[in-house]
Amino acid sequence: MSRVEAAVPAGAVDVPRRPGPLWTFGLLRSELVTTFRRWRTLALLGVLAAVPVLVGIAVRIETGDGSPDGRGGGGPAFISQITNNGLFLVFTALAATLPFFLPMAIGVVAGDAIAGEAGAGTLRYLLVAPAGRTRLLLTKYATTIAFCLVATLVVAASAMLVGALLFPLGDLTTISGTRITFAEGLGRAALIALVVAASLTGVAALGLFVSTLTGSGIAAMATTVGLLITVQILDQIPQLHAIQPYLFSHYWLSFADLLREPVYWDDLVRNLGLQGLYAAVFGTAAWARFTTKDIST
Amino acid sequence: MDEPSATQPPPPDADADAGADARAHAGAGVIATRGLTKRYRGGQLAVDGLDLTVPAGSVFGFLGPNGSGKTTTIRMLMGLIAPTSGTARVLGQPMPRASRAVLPQVGALIEGPALYGFLSGRDNLTRYDAADPTADPRTRRTRVAQALDRVGLSAAAGKKAKAYSLGMKQRLGLAAALLQPRRLLVLDEPTNGLDPQGMREIRTLVRELAFDGTTVFLSSHLLDEIEQVCTHAAVMAQGRLVTQGAVSDLAAGARGRLVVTTPDPGDAARVLKEQGVGDLVVAEDRVTGEPPERDLAEVNAALVTAGVRVRGFGVERASLEDAFVALTGEGFDVAG
Ligand SMILES: Nc1ncnc2c1ncn2[C@@H]1O[C@H](COP(=O)(O)OP(=O)(O)O)[C@@H](O)[C@H]1O
Ligand SMILES: [Mg+2]
Repeated sequence: MSRVEAAVPAGAVDVPRRPGPLWTFGLLRSELVTTFRRWRTLALLGVLAAVPVLVGIAVRIETGDGSPDGRGGGGPAFISQITNNGLFLVFTALAATLPFFLPMAIGVVAGDAIAGEAGAGTLRYLLVAPAGRTRLLLTKYATTIAFCLVATLVVAASAMLVGALLFPLGDLTTISGTRITFAEGLGRAALIALVVAASLTGVAALGLFVSTLTGSGIAAMATTVGLLITVQILDQIPQLHAIQPYLFSHYWLSFADLLREPVYWDDLVRNLGLQGLYAAVFGTAAWARFTTKDIST
Repeated sequence: MDEPSATQPPPPDADADAGADARAHAGAGVIATRGLTKRYRGGQLAVDGLDLTVPAGSVFGFLGPNGSGKTTTIRMLMGLIAPTSGTARVLGQPMPRASRAVLPQVGALIEGPALYGFLSGRDNLTRYDAADPTADPRTRRTRVAQALDRVGLSAAAGKKAKAYSLGMKQRLGLAAALLQPRRLLVLDEPTNGLDPQGMREIRTLVRELAFDGTTVFLSSHLLDEIEQVCTHAAVMAQGRLVTQGAVSDLAAGARGRLVVTTPDPGDAARVLKEQGVGDLVVAEDRVTGEPPERDLAEVNAALVTAGVRVRGFGVERASLEDAFVALTGEGFDVAG
């Protein structure tokens, strides 16, 4: 081991160093890089990218016999339109992944956010660095939100690519029956992707809260995904219609209203409001828990 | 900027007061605890009324068998867990309230290293450095490289941490503690899992750091390790502080033993008993006992007069282990 100049006599460091103004972004950057370099994150994104490919190929094979408008009935929304316009694969893929694949991926990343670091012991070193508990939690939430956006964009981009390769593109018909140009359709698709990403912020906050409750990443991921499945089941039971408007997934498919002319905003606004409520409630709960928690792993 | 929480440090404008506070308490020790107590949620009383004072510039050995509460104490000092009662001051400021002002000046290795296995050694350090609000991002690369060099990991810096051996992980953990010049280093069992060569290197490093003026707080369950590098020590047993002070004073508390090496141990023991040597132990050609008050030259003369052939005669310095046994009335390897 060699001596280097890094060591300065104690007298020279008497004045406490001050935090740099951009420090928070340094931590956020480190968090983003660390999250997206994990093999697991990439695997989740890979699975999400594969869904539109499978849907596109399936639709192509189904309709390959020459019947151009194979209305098979059933399947995710918009699936029957894909053969006319590849852009509809974007809407179909988002409608197919939003109920389960997307929130499950978010649940894994959010659930692991704090609990995974606690389980690995790296949390104690981040805290003695000192990252600051509030700031670390905010950074974790921001990173999870970034993952929501990236995951949604991966589905949309993969669908767009497959749609363009396998099907014709062009002007499209809205749900209301009006025609819009392909460019405007693309704009709507981008807006829908943003709304879908925003739809996931509630489950992200829930996952983060669960993550502050345990020292095991696996347990937190499983709990979050379990809660997701439970909520999705509750949302299907007719006798529970009184509570259903408060389930985070209740208005998820309202993104389709962006394909109406004029756009029907009521459920879209309700969805975003509900996500905000979940983020506020579970974000606060996560903060209250994490800032007072004993970190003994 | 400020973080309104019980476990968070005060807002930045309170730092000025905290600085004055630190100078006012400089004489009270780099670490000072009063009645520090931790009862875990399971009901386990892990640390019980600890009054610890670590002088500035010391290499302070925190000694105790496994389960005696060393790691628990360190967790409280670093603001990771809240004390059940009592207070802890580090660098003159209260913990965990002043974490944000105190911790950038403290390097810590707590309960072994913890690394991101999928990141390289270098990237692990970069991440920990990014978590320190006072670390300058412009000097990050250089400081990371210097820290790696200091622990001898430069050659393995690009390797994924999961491919590191236990000793390499331990060094990387140490490197993380050395990313900045520190006023205090807290090392919890830093030689755990290292081979004798690795242990020697850690000891050398600790001496170098102490020479540079850093106070080193070193926990260990190995007595000889503490004896070799520490200027001061505290001894823990079952969550309580048994004693603390300069290592030389602690060892002096236990008296040395008279050792006579001879081919005639039987005769030697008889003569020594006559001469007032107590607690005699005969083991092959060695007879040991508590030295009497009288001049040892006379004891030696008596042996020779009685025809005992003496090969060696002297007093063995008391070790810290003797001191520990004297203080606790039990062997050192008893778990708490
Ligand atoms: N997270 C924890 N929860 C409950 N008990 C604990 C926890 N950590 C340690 N203990 C208990 O506290 C006591 C002191 O442990 P510790 O501080 O780790 O001792 P040391 O570091 O000296 O080996 C032990 O009896 C141990 O079982
Ligand atoms: Mg320990």
